[in-house]
Amino acid sequence: MLKISTSPHMQSPVDTHRIMLDVIIAMLPAIIAAVLFFGLNALVVMTSSVAACVFFEYLVCKFWFKTRNTTRDLSAIITGLLLAFNLPSSMPVGMIILGSFMAIVVAKMCYGGLGKNIFNPALIGRVFLFISFPVQMTQWPKPEFLKFLNTDTQTAATTLGIIKHLDASTSATAISGKLPSYYDMFMGNIGGCIGEISALALLLGFVYLLWRKVITWHIPVYYVGTVFIITGIFWLITGETRYDPLTHILSGGLLLGAIFMATDYTTSPMTIKGQILFAVFCGILTVIIRLYSAYPEGVSFAILIMNAFVPLIDKYIHGRIYGQRS
Amino acid sequence: MNNIKTFSIGGIHPNKYKLTTSSPIIEAGLPEVVYIPVKQHIGAPAKILVQKGDRVKVGTLLADADGIVSSDVHSSVSGEVLKVEAIEGGSGYLENMITIKVEGDEYEPFIDLSKDISRDISYTAEQIIQKLREAGIVGMGGAGYPTPIKTSIPEGKKVDCLIVNGIECEPFLTADDRLMVEKAEQIVIGAKIINKALGIQNAIIAIDENKPQAIETLTKITKTYVGVNVGVCATKYPQGGEKQLIAAIAKREVPSGKLPVDVGCIVQNVGTVFAIYEAVMKNKPLYERILTVSGDACKHPANYRVRVGTPISYLIEKSGGLTEATTQVILGGPMMGNSVSNLNAPVTKLTSGILMLSDNLAGKETEMDCIRCGKCAQVCPIGLEPFLIARLMRNNQTENLREAHVLDCIECGCCAYTCPARVPLLDYCKLAKTELKKKK
Repeated sequence: MLKISTSPHMQSPVDTHRIMLDVIIAMLPAIIAAVLFFGLNALVVMTSSVAACVFFEYLVCKFWFKTRNTTRDLSAIITGLLLAFNLPSSMPVGMIILGSFMAIVVAKMCYGGLGKNIFNPALIGRVFLFISFPVQMTQWPKPEFLKFLNTDTQTAATTLGIIKHLDASTSATAISGKLPSYYDMFMGNIGGCIGEISALALLLGFVYLLWRKVITWHIPVYYVGTVFIITGIFWLITGETRYDPLTHILSGGLLLGAIFMATDYTTSPMTIKGQILFAVFCGILTVIIRLYSAYPEGVSFAILIMNAFVPLIDKYIHGRIYGQRS
Repeated sequence: MNNIKTFSIGGIHPNKYKLTTSSPIIEAGLPEVVYIPVKQHIGAPAKILVQKGDRVKVGTLLADADGIVSSDVHSSVSGEVLKVEAIEGGSGYLENMITIKVEGDEYEPFIDLSKDISRDISYTAEQIIQKLREAGIVGMGGAGYPTPIKTSIPEGKKVDCLIVNGIECEPFLTADDRLMVEKAEQIVIGAKIINKALGIQNAIIAIDENKPQAIETLTKITKTYVGVNVGVCATKYPQGGEKQLIAAIAKREVPSGKLPVDVGCIVQNVGTVFAIYEAVMKNKPLYERILTVSGDACKHPANYRVRVGTPISYLIEKSGGLTEATTQVILGGPMMGNSVSNLNAPVTKLTSGILMLSDNLAGKETEMDCIRCGKCAQVCPIGLEPFLIARLMRNNQTENLREAHVLDCIECGCCAYTCPARVPLLDYCKLAKTELKKKK
C-alpha cells in the first residue's frame, strides 16, 4: 500500500529532541568545571534543580494540560541545568525547588509550554530567588579545586563584587591583592555561580553549539563584543581597573548568559538582524546595570528586559527578501 | 576550482544520495502500451488529432498546440491508438490521454536517426523557433513552459544572457548529470542554437560542484565554441531554482512577480537544451527523455532513456520492483516531487525521476510545537518567514498574508525540511498562496 504525502519527502535529521540534546552536551564542560571547583555541592544543586524542573513539567502535563508528556523533548533538563548554573553551590535545596517551580510552572507552562514563553524560564527562576533570598543568593563558597567534599564555610567575593567597590582612589596594590588573575578567571578558579566561573568550559560549549549549527555566532559575539567595546572605551578614558574590559568579559555571568541564555530560541528574535539588535541592547543594559545600579551583576536583568522586546523586534525587523533590492 | 558562484539568501545542504552518478544512460525499452497526456505543459491542453483505431509512428503528431501557451504532442511509439479518454495521471486527477498499443518501432521518415553530431547551424532565428514549435519542446526541468515562447523575446525587452541549467540539486537525481557527461557537445550546440535564436553570444552552462566529470567534459568542449562557457556553482539546494541560478550566475535578482526576461536572462534546463539540439538539427520531436529511477527502497537504481507515456510501473519493474520497504513512489525529486499512488501513471516530458522511498526517508514525524528557532527564515531562499505564514494561516489572519510576501514562495521545501518541530511549513505556504489567489 503506497502512501501519499506532500513534499518535501525528506527531512533534516535534526529534530527538537536532537537540538536539546546538543545543548545539554554543550553544557557538559561547564558541569564538569562546576564539580571540579565546588565539589559534590555543585552536583547536589544541579541534580535537585533538574529533577525538580522535570518533575514539575511532568505534573503540569499530566494533571493540568492532560496532553503528551513534553519532558521527553529534554527542554526541562536544560532549564534545570541553566537555573543551577545561576546559583551558588551553597544554595539550600528547598529554595532550589521553589526556583524550579517559578521557572517551569510560572515562567514556562503558564504561557503554554515550550516555544510559547516570553521570558527565559531559568532566568525568571534565578531572579525570583535573588530577590526573595538575597542572603543565600550572594554567599559565594570559595572554589577549591578537586576537593569534592567541600564542608568549608569559607566564602569568596565575586570579581564583579570586588570591582563594584573600587573607585579611582583605590591604590594599585590594594587592587592587585584582591582581584583574581586573568588565568584564574579563564579557568574558573573564582567565586561565583556554579556554571559561570569557567570561561574555558563555556567557550568549549560555544564551539560545540556552533559546530552542530544549534546557534549562530551572532548573539554571543555581538553581546560580548558590545560589553567589551563600551567598558573598553571607559577603561581607555579613565584607566581605572573597574572598567577593565577583559575582567568584565571573564567574570560574572556574561559568557554563560551570552552563549546559553540570550541564545534561547524561544525568547530571542527569529531573524539574524533582530538577533543582532537584541544582543547589542543586552550588552548595553548589562554594562549600565553593572556600572550604575546597586547590583554588581546585570546579565540576568538585561536578558529578561530584552526578552520583553522580542515580539516587537520580530514585528518590525525582517531579513532581506529576494528581488526587493532597491 | 576558484570563482564558485552561489546565491546569498538561505539554502540547505541535504544528503545527496546520488546513487547513479556513474551509471550510464540505458534504454528503457518499449512497454506494451503507452498513455500520452495531451497536456504536458503550462497552458491549454493540445487539440487531439487522432482517434481510436488510427495507426501512428514514432514522431507522429497526436495533438496540436491550442493557443499560444500550449504545445504539440507527438507519439513516442509506433502502433495503434486504442482509446482517447480521461485516465488518472500522475497528479491523481483525470487527464485526457491517448492510449497506444505498441507494435514494432517505426519512425516518421523526417526524423534523422544518424548518430553523428550535426554542428552547422544554418537556420535563422525564425526557423529555429518554428522548429521548436513543431517538435513540441517544453521546459523539461519541471515547469513545462513552452520553449518557443520563452525563446521569442517580447517587444521592448532585451536579453543578454542565456543560462543553461545543469544544476541538479535534488537528491537522488542524476539524469542531467549523465546527459552532460554523455551528450556534452550536443548540449553546447543546443546552447549555440538558442544563442542564435536570441541574437546573443553569451551562454553559460551552470553546473554544481559535485559533478566534476560534467564540469571537466563541458569545460574542454566549450573551449572550441565561441559564446558558450561553463559556470561552476556551489552544491547547495535550491541552486537549480531559476531565481537562485540567476542570482548566482548573473548577479541579478528577478523582482517579485516578474520573469527572468525582465532582468535580461533566459534559463533553460540541460535536458531541454539537448531536446532543442535534436529538434533543430535532427528534426526529432520531443518524445523521449532521460530520467533517474532511484530511491532508498530501489533495488537497481539506474538512468534510463524513456519514451514519453511509458507507465511508471514498467520502469519500477525494470529497476527491481517495489520492495517491502517501499512506502512512497515519487515523481521528480524528494524535495519538490509529487507522491503517486497510481503506478499506471505515465512518464511525461517533465518527469525527471521516479523514486521509491521507504519510511526511513519519507516517513512523516508527528508535528510538535514551534520552538521559535527561526531556522525556517534562515534557510528560505526568498527570505520569507515561514513560521509567520504558518501562524497567520492558523489564526485565520489572511488579510496580513500579502505583507508576508507569500506569493514569492518557490515551494522549494527548505523550511519544512529544516523545521526541527516538524511543522508542515510548506503546506501552510501553499495554502496561503491558494487563499490569496482566491481573493484576487
